[in-house]
Amino acid sequence: MNNDIYLDIAKKLVTALEQNDAAASDQLLDELAELHQSQLFKEVGRLTRQLHDTMVNFAEDSKISAIAEHDIPDAKERLKYVITMTEQAANQTLTVVETLVPISEELTIHAKQLAEKWERFLGREMPYDEFKALSGELSQHFKASTDGLSVIQSGLTEILMAQGFQDITGQIIRKVIDVVQDLEESMVGLIRLTGAKKSPAHAVDKIDLPGPIVPGIDDKLGDVANSQDDVDDLLSSLGF
Amino acid sequence: MKILVVDDFSTMRRIVKNLLRDLGFTNTIEADDGKTALPKLQAGGIDFLVTDWNMPGMTGLDLLKAVRADPKLANMPVLMVTAEAKREQIIMAAQAGVNGYIIKPFTAATLKEKIDKIFERIDG
Repeated sequence: MNNDIYLDIAKKLVTALEQNDAAASDQLLDELAELHQSQLFKEVGRLTRQLHDTMVNFAEDSKISAIAEHDIPDAKERLKYVITMTEQAANQTLTVVETLVPISEELTIHAKQLAEKWERFLGREMPYDEFKALSGELSQHFKASTDGLSVIQSGLTEILMAQGFQDITGQIIRKVIDVVQDLEESMVGLIRLTGAKKSPAHAVDKIDLPGPIVPGIDDKLGDVANSQDDVDDLLSSLGF
Repeated sequence: MKILVVDDFSTMRRIVKNLLRDLGFTNTIEADDGKTALPKLQAGGIDFLVTDWNMPGMTGLDLLKAVRADPKLANMPVLMVTAEAKREQIIMAAQAGVNGYIIKPFTAATLKEKIDKIFERIDG
């Protein structure tokens, strides 16, 4: 573009040097430097403008403000709910275990005592009166075992159900991971603007389903079923 | 009675399987999403499908639609057990032909009630 000007000055410079004309060659060198600098300033100016425009566009397009204003507080609430759910499940499980352990201990002790007596009976070492008492104790033990085992059975089912928290909290945490991923992509965009040549991470396929209802966040619009009864009512209104 | 339990969370599959066992259904198999479930259903021998909705690969709703669209499977009873609780979605599942809909977290009694209801209708 400016090659002709450079070439012209360069030719004159060669001539001046061949003629040992120091004054002329100095002046020509100054001209060259000046020309070069003005090109440099133009280039810097262009880059500055480009950076400015990009920054403005980025601020307009950026999801960062939406993430900061909405998604992050939302994610915090979701994580708090995860704490609540895991705490509930742990307490529920511990309570059941604390109820069941004494029942199981008592039945074990009784069974052991009765087994010893029964051995004595089998060895014909037991007087009739004591056997009569033993048969009463055995009846009692059978009843206590049946009752105790049924409590243990339902306690075990309760412990089993308490593990459902893992699925629910897992789904909620996945949503928070999506927010973190969005944030990461926006940050990568920002870093790219500063010159680092890294391509943005690929977004995972978004699942559009709302997922578990977090109380206070997802039920604001009143368009959710808050209990199984709500579901049943809705379905029966549809003819189910 | 052979039951296929579909959920992407293995803990939930275990819970459902254990509850079904308590209810007397001991013959259960598992799949972790619709994509792996469908071939098992198509292979035959399954009488009842219990599925989650939100799963990677193929969702429970798509699985339900695929079941209803397949002449060999169309009449299979399908129970959905899911955390999806928006009214809109429950209606969507109903329209796709679900036989029962349970929202998580659920109780053992709810599962029993819905299964009883489904089989009452089929037998009746």
